Amino acid sequence: MLNLLIIVLIYICLFCILSLSLNLIAGYTGLLSLCHASFMSIGAYTTAIIMTKFNADFLLVLLLSGILASFFGIIIGLPTLRLKGDYLAIATLGFGEIVVNIIINWESLTRGARGIHDIPTAKIFNYRLMPKDAGILSKVIYFLLILIFLVLTYAFISKIIKSRFGRALEAIREDEIAAVSMGINITKYKVFSFAIGAFFAGIAGSLFSIYFLSISPGNFTFNISIMILCIVVLGGMGNNFASILGALIVVPAYYIPQLLNIPFIPPQFNQIIFGLILVLMMIFRPQGLLGRKKPDFERIIKRKSFFIRSR
Amino acid sequence: MTLIYTKKLRKEFGGVVALDDVDLCIEKGSITGLIGPNGAGKTTLFNNITGLDKPTSGMVFFNEKNITGVSPYKITRCGIARTFQNIRLFKEMTVLENIMIGRHFKSSHISFSNNRSLNALIGFFNIKKEENDIYRTSKKWLSFFNLDNFHDELAKNLPYGRQKELEIARALATDPEILFLDEPAAGLNPKETDELMKLITKINELGITIFLIEHDMKLIMNISQKVIVLNYGKKIAEGTPNKIQNDPVVIEAYLGKEE
Repeated sequence: MLNLLIIVLIYICLFCILSLSLNLIAGYTGLLSLCHASFMSIGAYTTAIIMTKFNADFLLVLLLSGILASFFGIIIGLPTLRLKGDYLAIATLGFGEIVVNIIINWESLTRGARGIHDIPTAKIFNYRLMPKDAGILSKVIYFLLILIFLVLTYAFISKIIKSRFGRALEAIREDEIAAVSMGINITKYKVFSFAIGAFFAGIAGSLFSIYFLSISPGNFTFNISIMILCIVVLGGMGNNFASILGALIVVPAYYIPQLLNIPFIPPQFNQIIFGLILVLMMIFRPQGLLGRKKPDFERIIKRKSFFIRSR
Repeated sequence: MTLIYTKKLRKEFGGVVALDDVDLCIEKGSITGLIGPNGAGKTTLFNNITGLDKPTSGMVFFNEKNITGVSPYKITRCGIARTFQNIRLFKEMTVLENIMIGRHFKSSHISFSNNRSLNALIGFFNIKKEENDIYRTSKKWLSFFNLDNFHDELAKNLPYGRQKELEIARALATDPEILFLDEPAAGLNPKETDELMKLITKINELGITIFLIEHDMKLIMNISQKVIVLNYGKKIAEGTPNKIQNDPVVIEAYLGKEE
């Protein structure tokens, strides 16, 4: 039972990172992206391939995974910048399918549809994390590791949002023409948004592969992208805390029937749940459970900043 | 001194000539009006000067610098701000945030490099000073427009007249040298129009040049020093309000020719 709880918690943390990063792209910048699972898969496969071949320090590999995913974020961001709304969604959908197909067909690098199943356990500063079936303690350590990255992600993205940078992103979501007339270089900000979002998705993918030690293209299907989007929409677009709330609701709903192995609920059942959530939310609460939060500038400027306090 | 002038500015949409070799010049510190019947190309002229549209041929000079075909965000950074005919506010954001976005490119306290977005990324560890600065200046503009009480209100919830004011406030927050107003009085009642007239004069007294499109003749004839008349993309007249009012070509453009 405790095992199950920790697995669900780990899934929640991973999906929190994913939904926070998608929230930056879709919620704040207003770019509807349906290829978030592919950014995750790029991070996961980077980690898996480098770890199996070189057995490098995990933190380094993690960073590299994020950077590579971020690079692909820029690749998809640049040509599709002129697209808006549905057209952008279709283009990103296509990109997602391309990534999955490349992974399936590039057998020499990714071992195709069979996936990579012999990833070594992570090594951080010469301290090797225990294999995950070594007992409850190792699972807790993995959970704490992922939790740390969730906190870092949350802090980083919140910081961006509270700055001038985040305000520019929101202006682009509200009205591109007005934003450009305010002197905002929308091309640059859209690419940045994609790059940062993809970076954290890559990090989540990397953490995913280091916990499960085995990945296959089936882990990163279009369904996962939809699930992440579902979390963001359920919580509320453009609110970081809401993304976490969304993950707390959706992930247990998705994984608990599967993990508990309840015989009368088929695994496909969760797709029905997603559809239902999206339809009901759009009808009754299009702004999500929480919706956008008004920033409190009085508080931001009165609070002592980190640097000033440390002096 | 001339602030903006165009040389044979021409814009074609397919076969339609929207701007037909327009030459105009705007004096620094003046209020210049732009009038013309519907579809004369007034907004197209605005879009071509502010970079939202690229002219087919011809040139635009601002402070003796060629700004033809430059990206619109760079033109704004040069010191040209504008409002829109149909209000384009950031609707889901608060009134204060709308103005703060106007301050966006004006602030960069931490300069690790000349690259602004790099600064923004590195500088977010110490956003307080920058935000403080943006906040104070934005508050100043809010009180200039008597919008203080609304600062925490979403822009979409403001009454129509105040939304128009907010759009002007947002444009002014970019510290422009010249302000382009696209039909600021459209949809306002006579009392609001009077207030707008005072407001425009007040902005002009700050040393900001104003170029405005307007259909309200009372407003335009009262405040502008020079009026330019467009018809079918051509500049048909230019001069003081008095001269324009009695110009037979202008009267013909608006009312038709006497048989």
